[in-house]
Amino acid sequence: MAQPLLEARRLTKRFGHVRALQDADFTAYPGEVVALVGDNGAGKSSLVKTLSGTIRPDGGQILVDGSPVELHSPLDARRHGIETVYQDLALAPDLDAAANLHLGRELYRGGLLGRLGVLDHAAMRRSAVTAFAELGVDLQDVGAPVATLSGGQRQSVAVARAVAFANRIIFMDEPTAALGVVQRGRVLDTVRRVRDRGICVVLISHNMPEVLSVADRVEVLRLGRRVARFTAADTTVEELVGAMTGALDAESAGGAAGSAGQAAADAPRKDGAP
Amino acid sequence: MTAQAPAPVKDRQETARRPPVPSWLRRVAAANETWTFGVLALLVAFFTAARPSTFLTRYDITQIATNAAIYLVLGVGMTYVIIVAGIDLSVGSVLVLSAVLSAEYTIHHGGAGSGWGTIAVSTLIALATGLLWGALQGWLVAKAKVPPLIVTLGGFGAALGAAQIITGGQDPAGAVSGKLQKTIGFGKLFGQIPWLVVIAFAATLVFGLVLAFTRFGRYTYAIGSNPEAARRVGINVDAHLVKVYALVGLLSGLGSVMWLAYFGTTSIAGHSTDNLKVITAVVLGGASLFGGRGSVLGTVIGVFIPAVLSTGLIIMGVQQYWQDVAIGVVLVAAVYLDQFRRRGRDHG
Ligand SMILES: Nc1ncnc2c1ncn2[C@@H]1O[C@H](COP(=O)(O)OP(=O)(O)O)[C@@H](O)[C@H]1O
Ligand SMILES: [Mg+2]
Repeated sequence: MAQPLLEARRLTKRFGHVRALQDADFTAYPGEVVALVGDNGAGKSSLVKTLSGTIRPDGGQILVDGSPVELHSPLDARRHGIETVYQDLALAPDLDAAANLHLGRELYRGGLLGRLGVLDHAAMRRSAVTAFAELGVDLQDVGAPVATLSGGQRQSVAVARAVAFANRIIFMDEPTAALGVVQRGRVLDTVRRVRDRGICVVLISHNMPEVLSVADRVEVLRLGRRVARFTAADTTVEELVGAMTGALDAESAGGAAGSAGQAAADAPRKDGAP
Repeated sequence: MTAQAPAPVKDRQETARRPPVPSWLRRVAAANETWTFGVLALLVAFFTAARPSTFLTRYDITQIATNAAIYLVLGVGMTYVIIVAGIDLSVGSVLVLSAVLSAEYTIHHGGAGSGWGTIAVSTLIALATGLLWGALQGWLVAKAKVPPLIVTLGGFGAALGAAQIITGGQDPAGAVSGKLQKTIGFGKLFGQIPWLVVIAFAATLVFGLVLAFTRFGRYTYAIGSNPEAARRVGINVDAHLVKVYALVGLLSGLGSVMWLAYFGTTSIAGHSTDNLKVITAVVLGGASLFGGRGSVLGTVIGVFIPAVLSTGLIIMGVQQYWQDVAIGVVLVAAVYLDQFRRRGRDHG
């Protein structure tokens, strides 16, 4: 396959004495949908936050287009064309959908007003309406505070924000978790359409049939480490679950399987989410 | 191309159809300002009906506005602080310290008879004192992560203490140039509008517009609403907090200049409850102590509610102390309503 777009090598991250990532590897290629799966507490969100510049790893290396990069902040990641839909959505509930979509990337009025930092509310609203329409999201009022929206609509706002600005890679951390059947389908359509635009999508999900239907590849994380990689087309739900739970260790490279038993000794707590 | 976005099918669980009210109307009805303005209008209507000949004469309006001017200036700064989910208890003491430092300069440079040069420098001293004190408090909040309640409670005591050390606890004589008092203090624009009111109006307008229409205002709301989200979209949260606390300090400095011009003395002992009055006004104006919500327009209304109430009660011959009771009740009710609505809303 081609040169990886984004590669993580032996990332480690500790929170106190919880080891969220232990020599975690991850690879994403241009133009693919790669699913990142694992049990609760496997380190998926930590890996995503590390690769989107939100948390700094304690060790390891991140490569974009094969060259090492330092992601000191989410801005650094954005500069590499990386956008993220965080599991907690990272929206400002008192601001409306249009403001959230453009947060940190506001549009300004022309001329002197713009140089004084005066925002172009109308333009941001228009562009938000377009962005939501493209996703098939039905927001009656882009001017209503995000807090007044339903959980699904909020999730849509976070997805729309990432999709509107990503040009290379989007991380989606459980973007379908709060959604009903119809909206879930819509998000998966969005994933495919974004991929068809040539943007790589990293999808985190606990829904294995969903993963196999939309992803080109699957990488499995367990106890803070990549333990398996699959091509979605030749994989079954049973294999994925086996790799997630450790019943099956398919990662051949790097001897990761060999130390899995030791890793299990300091297993992180499960956080009880469904 | 795999799939087209399906036509917006209604998710039953998603959209409980709202009644067909236009969205702007819904927004106006939901806005806190609408309700507080209603309260203010009711008060005015009540007093006008009770005492048609005496309430809200031109004299009253001018007097109410003049009395409110300084609180308004402090309130504008406090609005920003409360929107970023902070609080500033130090405003009154910072005002006193700014007044004292500027007075010290005036006393040694011509006193009551000093000219415009001295007025200019002493004004700059007052503004700079407030700005620096505020920035220091902001730094402690943002970088040292000391809770704002504690930082500004400390600032409240320390600034007042510093002012008392400098003056020996006595309001010094010759603290203000007579020229400043005659023009800004008692003078009127076009012989009509007191300069104090003009200054307060200008500050309110400028910072009201900044809050509503600029990036600075947008980031203020974003940080108060969800600081982590603000950080993740690349907003420099710490720097912004420092600026916000510096702003309220600067406006306290401006308030001290207005105070000196109007009252002609530093009134060291007279500002211990400014903070409570100003916070009350901001909260009455619909700002949320949890951050993320509030507006300068709301604060304007919130400042005028106590002002109208006290004038009205005086005119009606009611003991003025009833005003404090009324304000206290309204304040608690306002915060209760805010929490109540927040709970309802966050179920979403
Ligand atoms: N900010 C944090 N502070 C402390 N522990 C954390 C933090 N974030 C994650 N962890 C811990 O790290 C481990 C991995 O968490 P996470 O990356 O959220 O897993 P996943 O997303 O796969 O469920 C868990 O044990 C979790 O409790
Ligand atoms: Mg997670």
